Amino acid sequence: MKRWSKAGALVLVAAVTAACGAGGRPDDAEPGSTVGITDTTIKIGAHFPLTGVAAPGYSEIPSGHKAYYDYVNAHGGVNGRKIEFVVRDDAYNPTNTSQVTNELVLNDEIFAMVGGLGTPTHGAVVDFLNDSKVPDLFVSSGSLQWGDDPKEKPFTFGWQPDYEIEGKIIGDWVKKNKPDAKVGLFLQDDDFGRDGEKGARRYLDDQIVAVAKYSPGNTDVAPQMAQLQAAGVDLVLGFNVPSYTALSQLVSLRIGFKPTWFYSNVGSDPTLVGALLARFSEGAVTDGASLLDGVLTTEYLAGVDAPDDPWLKLWQKVWSEHGADGDLTNYRVYGMSQAYTFVQALQAAGPNPTREGIVAAVEKAGKSFEGPAVAPFRFTGKSHLGVSGMSVVEINNGVGEEQTPVLVTDIGDAPIKEDESASKDSPPANGIPNVKPAE
Amino acid sequence: MARRQLLIALGALVVVVLVLENTSQFRNAQFAAMAYYAIAAGGLTVLTGLNGQLSLGHGALMAVGAYTTALMLQDKDAALPLVLILVIATVVTLVVGALVGVAAARLHGPYLAGATLALAVAIPGIPLYFSETLGGEQGLNVRTPPIPDWLADAVFFVTGQDLTPIRYLAYLGWLGVIVVFVLLANLSRSRVGRTWQAVRDDEVAAELAGINLGRARVLAFVVSAGCAGLAGGLMALSARLAAPSGFTLTLSLLLLSAVVLGGLGSLVGALVGAALLTFLPQVVTGFGEDAGLTDVQAAQLAPLIYGLVTVLVVLLAPAGLAGGLRKLIQWRRST
Amino acid sequence: MQQLLTTALTGLTLGMVYAAFALALVLIWRATRIVNFAQAPMAMITTYLALVLIDAGYSYWLGFAVALLSGLVLGAALERFVVRHVEGKSEVNAVILTLGLFIVLHALAALIFGSRYRSFPAPFGLRGFQVGDTTIALTGFGVFTIVAVGVVLVGLVLLFRGTDLGLRMRASAFNQEVSRLLGVKVGRMLTLGWALAALVGSLSGLLIAGGGLVHPSYMDGVVVYGFVAAVLGGLDSPVGAVVGGVLLGLSLSLVSGYVGSELVPLAALVILMAVLLGKPGGLFSHVRERRV
Repeated sequence: MKRWSKAGALVLVAAVTAACGAGGRPDDAEPGSTVGITDTTIKIGAHFPLTGVAAPGYSEIPSGHKAYYDYVNAHGGVNGRKIEFVVRDDAYNPTNTSQVTNELVLNDEIFAMVGGLGTPTHGAVVDFLNDSKVPDLFVSSGSLQWGDDPKEKPFTFGWQPDYEIEGKIIGDWVKKNKPDAKVGLFLQDDDFGRDGEKGARRYLDDQIVAVAKYSPGNTDVAPQMAQLQAAGVDLVLGFNVPSYTALSQLVSLRIGFKPTWFYSNVGSDPTLVGALLARFSEGAVTDGASLLDGVLTTEYLAGVDAPDDPWLKLWQKVWSEHGADGDLTNYRVYGMSQAYTFVQALQAAGPNPTREGIVAAVEKAGKSFEGPAVAPFRFTGKSHLGVSGMSVVEINNGVGEEQTPVLVTDIGDAPIKEDESASKDSPPANGIPNVKPAE
Repeated sequence: MARRQLLIALGALVVVVLVLENTSQFRNAQFAAMAYYAIAAGGLTVLTGLNGQLSLGHGALMAVGAYTTALMLQDKDAALPLVLILVIATVVTLVVGALVGVAAARLHGPYLAGATLALAVAIPGIPLYFSETLGGEQGLNVRTPPIPDWLADAVFFVTGQDLTPIRYLAYLGWLGVIVVFVLLANLSRSRVGRTWQAVRDDEVAAELAGINLGRARVLAFVVSAGCAGLAGGLMALSARLAAPSGFTLTLSLLLLSAVVLGGLGSLVGALVGAALLTFLPQVVTGFGEDAGLTDVQAAQLAPLIYGLVTVLVVLLAPAGLAGGLRKLIQWRRST
Repeated sequence: MQQLLTTALTGLTLGMVYAAFALALVLIWRATRIVNFAQAPMAMITTYLALVLIDAGYSYWLGFAVALLSGLVLGAALERFVVRHVEGKSEVNAVILTLGLFIVLHALAALIFGSRYRSFPAPFGLRGFQVGDTTIALTGFGVFTIVAVGVVLVGLVLLFRGTDLGLRMRASAFNQEVSRLLGVKVGRMLTLGWALAALVGSLSGLLIAGGGLVHPSYMDGVVVYGFVAAVLGGLDSPVGAVVGGVLLGLSLSLVSGYVGSELVPLAALVILMAVLLGKPGGLFSHVRERRV
């Protein structure tokens, strides 16, 4: 009896499991995948820090995207398809990004990820996206890994100027204009900081006397500032997110550290930092924005401090027609600019876009996209890196005053050249690009 | 006794295969998560329920398992077989658990809670300090190792479907659950388990009966640490990442509340708790968004519910959901 | 030299904040023999209430007062309606209860106030004092922190040693049965104990927030450091809590400045284990631990 029931159980197990062999093959491995696309809609999405230490500023970027896509949808969409943009919060926490990306790709079934934000965060999912053959367009981060090796990551494209070229341009400017300065680096402890350091060291290796790193999440930067102060630093290069710009300024007030500050464009928005700082004291610091006077940074997009720029006029129009609550800020401008590039990419992919097709289209036609950035993209089959240059500005009264013309370069030992060709591009009359399908 | 357990285990395997083969990739990923939560919760429920040691640091022990796994998978060409890697991760965490357990054996109640709390906060700082080898804030990426050909063929032969990486991990996880739970159930019912309960219930009497308190407590800690290590390794594989941000204080607290909700000391309760941890957030967030909250706000509803139910359980039904159910069944039977 | 001074001063100010939090933990322990892990989110919530008022344009001091007052109310309410049910019973249950409250309060705050990082003002200035050429890393706000905690400590000592009410509270904590027999309304004393503790906790929340960023998790680290400080000084001793807090703040600041800020939690763990395994009652304890 006992032997029967054991054998019986085994047979049962085998039979049942054999019986469930009824499934089909998953369809996302075929060439020309059209997941996320129907005849009338196209669904895209990304992860952003809507909460957490990186949320000040960055949480506004998706609202820029949405406003511009709504504008385009109101004009009939792209090739008759309306764009739907799904946003998920990862709180700038790479483990969450993994989870959230699973949801976007497996549950929401997006056609492509557009603008996924953050170096440490997106780094956690870039392999998954490439393995799953999901187009990973225009990552909101300047790390090199999105574009310097298209063989490893064929589906991923950067968008903004990468941190290495920013480091190079900053390093070159400091070397030319402040050759005797003792330079200290204030870096986020991940690829963002590392890539910036790489670029800066090309020109400033002998001027750098101290390097201080922080982890996003630990808001006590007193040890780092004290370290820089103790090393006698009189010019600080900061590759950090906006909250840490405010924190570093605040701590320096406390310990009486008064270097020249040079922040990456990632962390230097005067309105945002000023708003963060303005609250911090009663009486001692009345105007937060003025703490930033004399701070140097770089710029590759016209911002809200230049309301007469033709692109700004377009963004204002889009925002007032389709924007959510609040004013147009530089982060929303960033979002809209990215969205503009995506619409160009979608047009280049032709009337029947596929995942592989849009990737090929960006490689073929991306270099010639005319957009709000002051320098052209570098998209080719060999490089998926984004905007190729920027200019150095000094912030005074919340406005960036240009110190140099647009400087263009590439990673590695490519030289730095002046190139104003792309800075003259203006938007088309109806504000929607008109890119022909790439061959 | 053993035969019954074998049948239950086989039955569970059948259920696992049926469920995994017939649900979407997304659900498979969720089931994989439920598996590693169940393993961690199983170890914790035995430690806290049977042995009475309250640990708030099991998230940190999961981190040890996760990082060990991630480190061994960094060089994907030279990687050992996956099962061996997970075993090594478990063993490493066992050793760490022994060290912690020895220190913890002399503490009780709130002191033990506070010390393990400090552990939970301290361990994530280590990869930040040694950011060269341990990846810093960004963490270590974990590329899923390729599925062994013989396994892929065997699964296709039996089920007719391809084995995707996500499903592979889910199978691995649930196999782990079955193995670990059988082990834990045996331990609980054996002399060792009775010793643990004796230590929990009355220290003085236990020592008088000849039980070495320290050894019993350390053993319980070590066993639960091993479970946490295995869970951490599986988590690193599922999330494709081992980073400090994955092992916050919140993880340890959620694990504890999952175990309390399910019922301290009950393995079925651990499964229930793990299911809640995995599936409740999506369900509740959906309700919240329908009720008009923003998605960021709705995401807070799940922890709110855990916390509220934990408080209610402690106040009203200390034996948790599983215990309450058992009592209900017994009461029904007696009336 | 400047770095050492900066580090020491930072450690002193931070240590006073840990001391305030440790004081809150000690008060509750003495009254009800429970370690209130939920003290951190309680302080966080009262700070958010202050922030709401400040955002609406009211003065910092009004927000300050409201935070302290709401701390009183919150502590009293929690004790009376929730914690009362587990007092005197299983230790494990009490700990789990406070942890459950931790999670609930956290989630409520994030729901109601949002999870964004917001800056919190600080009175008395955030610039370090200038002495000749050098700047001392002590700000007006830092001085205020030290003074405020000192005042609270003195106030509590006076209350407990010098007043009738204090005597009744001490009696209730020492032996509930006998106190009841002597006519002390023990329940009310316990509630008062929690209320006072929450007030002190709110103060520590405000002092940490000043000149920094506030978000629902900002007090979470403090619960560990406050606990270590309380254990270091002895869970039964308010003076010990303050001394423990300052010592801990200094030590951690030294670790942060000279070793690395990532290892600060580990250093706290090491200190905690050293105390618990060496002198479990803390530096200022009178109670002997029962060893089996």
